[in-house]
Amino acid sequence: MNDNKDNRSGSEGKMHKWVGTRQLRPDGVDKVTGRANFGADMHVANMLIGKVLRSPHPHARIVSMDLSKAAALPGVKAVINKDDIRDLPSEMVPAGEMMVNYRDITRNVMAREKALYEGHAVAAVAAVSESVARKALSLIEVEYEVLPHVIDVLDAMKPDAPLLHEHLITEGVDPAPDKPSNVAKRVEFSKGDVEAGFAEADVIVEREFTTKPVHQGYIEPHACLANVSRDGKADLFCTTQGHFIVRGHCAKLLGMDVSKLRVTASEIGGGFGGKTVVYLEPLALALSRKAGRPVKMVMTREEVFRATGPTSGAHMRIKIGATRDGRITAADALLHYQAGAFPGSPVQPGCMCVFAPYDVDNVRSVGYDVVTNRPKVAAYRAPGAPIAEFGAECVVDELAKKLGMDAIELRLKNAAREGTQTVYGPKLGPVGLIETLEAAKNHDHYASPLGRNQGRGVASGFWFNIGGETCATLNLGEDGTAQLVVGTPDIGGSRASLCQMAAEELGIELDKIHPVIGDTASLGYTFLTGGSRTTFASGMAIVEAARDVIDKMRERVAKLWDIPVDAVVWEDGHARPASSNAGAFEPMSVAEIAAMANKTGGPLVGQAAINAQGAGPSFGTHIVDVEVDRETGHVTILRYTAVQDAGKAVHPGYVEGQMQGGAVQGIGWALNEEYIYGEDGRLQNPGFLDYRIPVCSDVPMIDTVIVEVPNPSHRYGVRGVGETPIVPPMAAIANAIEQATGIRFNELPMSPPKVLAAIDAASTAVADAAE
Amino acid sequence: MSKSHVLTTINGDSVEFLCEPQQTLLDVLRDELRLTGSKEGCASGDCGACSVMLDGRLVCACLVLAVEADGSRVETIEGMANGEELHPLQQKFLEHAALQCGVCTPGFLVAAKALLDIDPDPTETQVRYWLAGNLCRCTGYDKIVRAVLDAAAEMRAS
Amino acid sequence: MARIVLNGNLKRFSGDRNEFDFDVKNVRQLIARLGERYPELAPHLEEGIAVAIDGEIFQDALFADIGPDSEVHIIPKIAGG
Repeated sequence: MNDNKDNRSGSEGKMHKWVGTRQLRPDGVDKVTGRANFGADMHVANMLIGKVLRSPHPHARIVSMDLSKAAALPGVKAVINKDDIRDLPSEMVPAGEMMVNYRDITRNVMAREKALYEGHAVAAVAAVSESVARKALSLIEVEYEVLPHVIDVLDAMKPDAPLLHEHLITEGVDPAPDKPSNVAKRVEFSKGDVEAGFAEADVIVEREFTTKPVHQGYIEPHACLANVSRDGKADLFCTTQGHFIVRGHCAKLLGMDVSKLRVTASEIGGGFGGKTVVYLEPLALALSRKAGRPVKMVMTREEVFRATGPTSGAHMRIKIGATRDGRITAADALLHYQAGAFPGSPVQPGCMCVFAPYDVDNVRSVGYDVVTNRPKVAAYRAPGAPIAEFGAECVVDELAKKLGMDAIELRLKNAAREGTQTVYGPKLGPVGLIETLEAAKNHDHYASPLGRNQGRGVASGFWFNIGGETCATLNLGEDGTAQLVVGTPDIGGSRASLCQMAAEELGIELDKIHPVIGDTASLGYTFLTGGSRTTFASGMAIVEAARDVIDKMRERVAKLWDIPVDAVVWEDGHARPASSNAGAFEPMSVAEIAAMANKTGGPLVGQAAINAQGAGPSFGTHIVDVEVDRETGHVTILRYTAVQDAGKAVHPGYVEGQMQGGAVQGIGWALNEEYIYGEDGRLQNPGFLDYRIPVCSDVPMIDTVIVEVPNPSHRYGVRGVGETPIVPPMAAIANAIEQATGIRFNELPMSPPKVLAAIDAASTAVADAAE
Repeated sequence: MSKSHVLTTINGDSVEFLCEPQQTLLDVLRDELRLTGSKEGCASGDCGACSVMLDGRLVCACLVLAVEADGSRVETIEGMANGEELHPLQQKFLEHAALQCGVCTPGFLVAAKALLDIDPDPTETQVRYWLAGNLCRCTGYDKIVRAVLDAAAEMRAS
Repeated sequence: MARIVLNGNLKRFSGDRNEFDFDVKNVRQLIARLGERYPELAPHLEEGIAVAIDGEIFQDALFADIGPDSEVHIIPKIAGG
């Protein structure tokens, strides 16, 4: 734990009262008493239960469907399939991690010509109870023409692979192929001349890596409650990272005006990127519209695994070369990411991030986006980067060993810094990678001794972070307390940070500000919670809204004092005369000004509607110690330290929480998590027992160090922090295992059976060599 | 299909309800009684988000049939605070920022209270193993464990 | 004149050049100018791009100012999870 003792920011270097402190979150009591409403917690009168029929086949043409028996079952009030959802033409829109195509979104939500993965929605019903709904599903008759399927990314690229989409011609290749394939896109970034760079190198390491798809693993399944009126307007209550995104997608899919669809974001039980898309919501709306009654839909955990997007699995080749003195001269990456059933893996950001921690003159990254018969991938915390940087950070580690250099020293020698040109073009602004490397190097963790079968690994990570469209409103009550309305759902405690910034700006006590996540009718368009943007962008909007209402209060006071508005300043929550020349007026507090609002011009409201630009990237460096049990292959995490640049930690506790949570997700990704498919293309482990995420006893305390290299674009210097923490862990752990066992693992997860097999193979090899 | 009649005690109150034979205690708590504090994360007893006490024993409500609650005593998250006075565990979770999204929090609180009821002075390792049946995806467990240990210390002191 | 650089796959639509010197005042003018010169590039500039002006990344900012000595990179849009 490392609080910034010098709690200042901004060009004036003013000391802060609230920003940088650890306040209790305003929604906390509701969450610890069970009062807070998550997506499945709503009940309304006359409500129906909706359930989805899902394809049992990973790849099949839907030949025919008979819904009549299901519709005739007593208690069934609506049955829908593709005929109730609009078929949309090809149109690219931003969604979560990459641009997506509405033609694909409509098909992912409800299959049309084909079922493209086991679990793909093919029909849905709404009935008076869950048991009637389930019975109705069993009465839907679907005739499938089962087709051969393909699961693995490299298999899907083979010329004889089963074809998912007849129209899919690889983009980004010249000349364009004359035949369709499963390769949706090729992307390439380059800087300098990698061949020349490798020619300069004294040492080159080239490795191939395989990673598996992993699910975001949010504990709360998707859930929503849709209520469509007879005149076509609708209310939707759903668990989502972005209710304005949901509104946009549903309006498009159902042919509604956005203003007729009012979406309320429930409290959200985890998202990590997986709740930036729609699954149940358009179906619930379509069912409600057809039935004329509210429809609630909740996914089971099995449905979450079978039918919602994990992140990509990948196959990669990473090559890095350096001179004997440790200067990296060239870096080259070839990434193949599987996108699931529709194009849109995060291979492009993967290519952009893969070597981001390094200032290298000659860099190239090439990526392929490949479709497979699996659920369409969705964003997962720094989408694309954890996969690519896993490979790169492992190769850097191996390079350090070959050069006889310390792993952190090699990184310091080549560290990206302000002015480094990225492979995607622009130069970096002020960034904190070097600060994180230094902090890691100087941490007592790095110097502490290790025992038998123990090893230490280090890795760095990067994510760009984003800003985006964001609104905020500060409504001053007649008693001087303020209602803060924001549009970014609170996934991780952001309400605390946002109120702290509002209190700091206004100069009033924190407990006089109460936050609300406004629904889509109550606030202007606000982009989703994701991209590590909430504290940054909602914070920026709040600063602007606060300044707006402060200016309005100054105007009121200027009128009351009958002096020019320039002669009224705002200080410590009070309007004061700018100098004694302006007059000997007693300062007026927010409460006093608000009490007179009605008589001095009307309600006092501060507003902001911005497109926040200037998001600053966040670098992190992690250190991990492991112990490998040579009898079982089990890897124990002994000690973990995460260092990250937060720009300014508005609420250090929640910044630490992001670092710890991301690190532990990374531990799961490294050691256990994977989708296990049978030969039949069906998922064998759609549950938390066999899709093993870390439990409390799997991990130690996660120590954190926050460094602060302020982002000059933000009033308080804030950088997004949420995503970067998941980028370093997998390589750090692989590097630690290598030190503990001498075995380099190039495949994730490094689960006990695989570790054991590798240890046994290595002992056999040693034994054979000794003979 | 005829429903079963169940008479039980929930958080000290006498409660009766009708339920289908296959409905779990979790289904009934949430959908019939509208006590939505207990959450469904998996319906297979793997995530602990539905943790409740049944006759003083920590159980996953998704693994208990509603009819089994007949004549029993059920305690849920809704009964943990005493009016406006939070239980020390609840207070410590807030102070330590031991919740981020908060969906696993009710389960953790019920489970942690069950631990401290039988062992007021657990070690960190004991806390971690006791809570291994409660999944959290947001926090990495660090602040949860600190909050439980801190609450235990405070409860011992008072 | 501002220096404009196309990156990633966008380079494929501008023939053998990916660096230009344009006299443009904002992103909107830049997109129009590039689209005129390379019609195949135009649809790719409508959606899915971000613009880095002197290192600062702008997304969906048609009126972001481009100064006479600015270095401008056109890059893919960045999102998150």
